[in-house]
Amino acid sequence: MSAIQKLIEYFSYPFVRYAMIVGVLVALCAAVLGVSLVLKRFSMIGDGLSHVAFGAMAIGTVISVNSDLVVTLPVTACAAVFILRSKKLRGDAAIAILSVSALSLGYLLLHVFSPSANISGDVCTSLFGSTSILTLNQRDVYLCIVLSALVLCLFVVFYHRIFAITFDENFAKATGMHTEIYNLAIAIVTAIVIVLAMRLVGALLISALIIFPALSAMALFKSFRAVMIFAAVMSVICAAAGILISILCGTPVGSTIVAADLSAFVLCKLAGGVCRR
Amino acid sequence: MAALITCENVSLGYEGKTVVSNIHFAVGQGDYLCIVGENGSGKSTLMRAMLGLQKPLQGKICLGEGLKRSEIGYLPQRSAHQADFPASVSEVVLSGCLNRKRLFYTKEDRRQALQNMERMEIVDLAKRCFRELSGGQQQRVLLARALCSAKKVLFLDEPTAGLDSKVTAELYEVIQDLHQNGLAVIMISHDLPSVVKEATHILHIDREPLFWGTVQDYLRTDIYHK
Repeated sequence: MSAIQKLIEYFSYPFVRYAMIVGVLVALCAAVLGVSLVLKRFSMIGDGLSHVAFGAMAIGTVISVNSDLVVTLPVTACAAVFILRSKKLRGDAAIAILSVSALSLGYLLLHVFSPSANISGDVCTSLFGSTSILTLNQRDVYLCIVLSALVLCLFVVFYHRIFAITFDENFAKATGMHTEIYNLAIAIVTAIVIVLAMRLVGALLISALIIFPALSAMALFKSFRAVMIFAAVMSVICAAAGILISILCGTPVGSTIVAADLSAFVLCKLAGGVCRR
Repeated sequence: MAALITCENVSLGYEGKTVVSNIHFAVGQGDYLCIVGENGSGKSTLMRAMLGLQKPLQGKICLGEGLKRSEIGYLPQRSAHQADFPASVSEVVLSGCLNRKRLFYTKEDRRQALQNMERMEIVDLAKRCFRELSGGQQQRVLLARALCSAKKVLFLDEPTAGLDSKVTAELYEVIQDLHQNGLAVIMISHDLPSVVKEATHILHIDREPLFWGTVQDYLRTDIYHK
């Protein structure tokens, strides 16, 4: 059976189509947000927040709520607002402490209280997203579409403001922009993207979706607009390619997407180096 | 004379530690005020407070004459943060045109940005990447951005730091020209000999105010001759 036939057969299953839709949307949002976070020197904060999301998910599992989004989204959003607002917490040591604490406490909680018999399997799933994307139901997909649309709309409508705040926050504030509101919005959007992406690539690999497209684009392009557009396009291509490859070769979805992002990043760096010479 | 910006007995600092105290002065329309003082004397902190980036520990900083924040232009000290930022010159200059009301740039904004780029002689750089420009060129770009938002007051934080003497002279000329056209200018500088030639008023601080008044009076004081 040829690869194309195999793909056509797989895409006749709704859960594969759902995975593709969600994967592409989440990758798109993460890339767009990532440009702003990387340029604001917040890459590590994204990483720390993903661990907080894992901890929150553990709490959600233990108190066995219907959908862990109910717990993870508010907790991650609060953590995001808290970290992005407090200058003291932005230090890399503080972020590292937050990350490992959330990670270990989350695992501890699951281990002590989890109702499930297969704890290590559950934990592996939430850390590396191995199969969870293939178990999405229709409601998850709709929720993901709505949240992604919201994130993308925010970025389109406030594109120039986001540029101004990212480039020079002091100037924006001094000349009358309400930077606090935009920073709050960016914090909440970060939380949304991280919680959505946790299902796709898992808590440990989220940073890759946020950081790689931005860095790849920055290696090649020199204007903010071009970097934004290229990062978005590249992230979508990598996510789609990663999902297709993982279907064909039976590899874990999350790591395959991240591997695709990594390859694209290396290619962009090389191309950038050649162009500069 | 009614003042655009008034500082009344202002004390400033970080986390309860006072950096500079009892500052009292006013900036009127058509003034060219230079803030001078040693490193660590609180000049930049004072400017940050006037720009609303930092709250005073004591005292009040008021905007008068209907001056709004969106009518202020600001040329910050160059920061390392911008060193690898992918942004074209036109993107940077246009970002000075944002005010609270509009989300997207209008034709008028683009015309104004172009006009300020012509004034700074950087039109040919419009498509270039900001991070690849020389220090002097970057300063011109940031000044063009500041001019897009400066309707009434222009703040400059050490605009000539790290520039060679020729570029410095050109920059002073441009600022003087803007001042002649009715913009109030507030500048921090280390370069006392140039400052007394350019400015109309001097505020000399060293953790507390040593002098505030016109340049003519300043030249007669002991502080200047010290």
